[in-house]
Amino acid sequence: MEAVGQPPALEPIPSPDAPLGPIVTSTTVGRRARLREVGAGLLRSPVFVVGAVVLLYWVFDAIFWQLYVPQDPQAFSTSLSAPSGAHWFGTDDLGRDVFSRVLAGASSVLTISVEATLLGLIGGIAVGLIAGYYRGIVDDVLMRAVDALLSFPGIIIAILVLTVFGSSTLNVVLVIGIIFSPIVARTVRAAVLVEREREYVAAAKLLGARGPFIMAREILPNITGPIVVEATVRLAYAIFTVATLSFLGFGIQPPSPDWGLTIAQERTVLQIAPWTVLFPALALASLVIAINFVADGLKEVLES
Amino acid sequence: MGRFILKRLALALVTLILVSMAVFAVSQLHGDVGRIILGPYASPDAVARVDHQLGVDQPLPVRYWKWATAFVRGDWGQSYLLNTPVRAMALTRLVNSLILAGFAFILIVPISIGLGVVAALSHGKVLDRLITVMGLSLIALPEFVSGVVLLVIFAVALKWLPASANVPSWNPADIIHQLLLPSIPLMFVLFGYIARMARAGTISTLDSNYVRTAVLKGLPRRVVIFRHVLRNSLLPTITVVFVQAGYLVGGLVVIETLFSYPGIGKLVFDSAQGHDVPMLEATVLLIAIIYMVANLSADVLYAVLNPRVRLSD
Repeated sequence: MEAVGQPPALEPIPSPDAPLGPIVTSTTVGRRARLREVGAGLLRSPVFVVGAVVLLYWVFDAIFWQLYVPQDPQAFSTSLSAPSGAHWFGTDDLGRDVFSRVLAGASSVLTISVEATLLGLIGGIAVGLIAGYYRGIVDDVLMRAVDALLSFPGIIIAILVLTVFGSSTLNVVLVIGIIFSPIVARTVRAAVLVEREREYVAAAKLLGARGPFIMAREILPNITGPIVVEATVRLAYAIFTVATLSFLGFGIQPPSPDWGLTIAQERTVLQIAPWTVLFPALALASLVIAINFVADGLKEVLES
Repeated sequence: MGRFILKRLALALVTLILVSMAVFAVSQLHGDVGRIILGPYASPDAVARVDHQLGVDQPLPVRYWKWATAFVRGDWGQSYLLNTPVRAMALTRLVNSLILAGFAFILIVPISIGLGVVAALSHGKVLDRLITVMGLSLIALPEFVSGVVLLVIFAVALKWLPASANVPSWNPADIIHQLLLPSIPLMFVLFGYIARMARAGTISTLDSNYVRTAVLKGLPRRVVIFRHVLRNSLLPTITVVFVQAGYLVGGLVVIETLFSYPGIGKLVFDSAQGHDVPMLEATVLLIAIIYMVANLSADVLYAVLNPRVRLSD
């Protein structure tokens, strides 16, 4: 039987030509403790909790709406009937059930926004790591590109590009992802600039690790905090932009029950049947407010 | 100081030239101009003739140079859709938009700064939480969402304000009647940004040593706040206000479309829908110029008000 108080065996010092694992192995314990601390901090913030609950509901709805939607969102009945027991949120100009369409409308905006955000994150993380780690010309070009992009309303860029290249949902994802990536890159770059001066990076260099390895396995795990915050903020902007674009007729096309599109379509009957636009608008409002609450809560906890 | 402004101006000019190239290149990728004008049933010969007349069969750099120099001279071309000169139309619409944006701005800037400062002064209390959460919610709302909800309440249910807006006369009652409803969604987003900045600036200034000194030497609270705190805390807020002036132009596309207001945002939207390339190029470039002027003014004003920025350069 082992003695209880025995000191742990010393780990062998890795030789430079041995394949490198992550250099600081003890961080898994530290990371778990940190995660628990972050989780506790988040749960103490009522704004975050409210946002997270509403957001989780809409994510659940986007995936499972077909299982509990009361009526077919594309089925016709009496048009423009006011909210009642049969149609909780009334019916639209074509006699489709507004309640069912609201439930069915979350998936398109969430899917496109998440895809655009992921694209922006992947591009932005790659460019930000390279620019921050190697500095030099990539860095200069990147910073100018961000300046130029930020000196322009994103929605105008999107309208111009989508008018020229066609307004398919794929193009919406691409244009938002491309607008986002330099912005993400700037955040990542700023975090990398701090990390690259740390001792563990110097240690990795001394052990002969190469640039790509240091960036991906050493620096990246240490900047997850700013990346998570940036990802949520970007997702909020993506939802804002995707919804606005579908309201303007770019991206998702009829007869999709998408909220922004529905509001644009039913706008003509707003005066006589306000429920056709009011409920999709409230649904969209709850989603964007929820994601902003989540982003703000994460920022407070992770940046403190 | 002069050098600082010159440097900023040069940078803005370079950015503007790059933006104009991008706008032109992207819009020129857009299919055959002759085909757009003549429609799908015209013969290929007729299309080629129109292309030649308009000079769109020349190489891209040549066309860019012609377009850019003409733009600077004030000749912005002819709208394909409306068949009128682009310049007069775009400038009229721009003025209409500035009236709407100016109205929103004048109303919301003092309110946002005021509430932001109030939140900071009651830092951590219920009032602060309330203002912060309100800003956080309003900032998130796309303009068309708040616009539609406001329309349902004030135009449909209460019938206080019209559902579509027009350019007002100089009569103050008419200005409020026409512009109040479309400007509220813009104000919501502006409020979020400006109040957040004013709050953060004030909180960090309240923490500073010189404010503590001012309090400890027995100055009345009012004097401390107005003479020592606000003067420093509102500096970053001013920058945000100007940057957001640029944002407004983007938000106008949605608001003007929703309320059928004849401004530049609606013109961008309509020319995009109608594939009116000369109009789209000119209006987008015009918006870029406004954006840049707003950002430049923010930088310059910040430098004028803050000697540390001015002298360190």
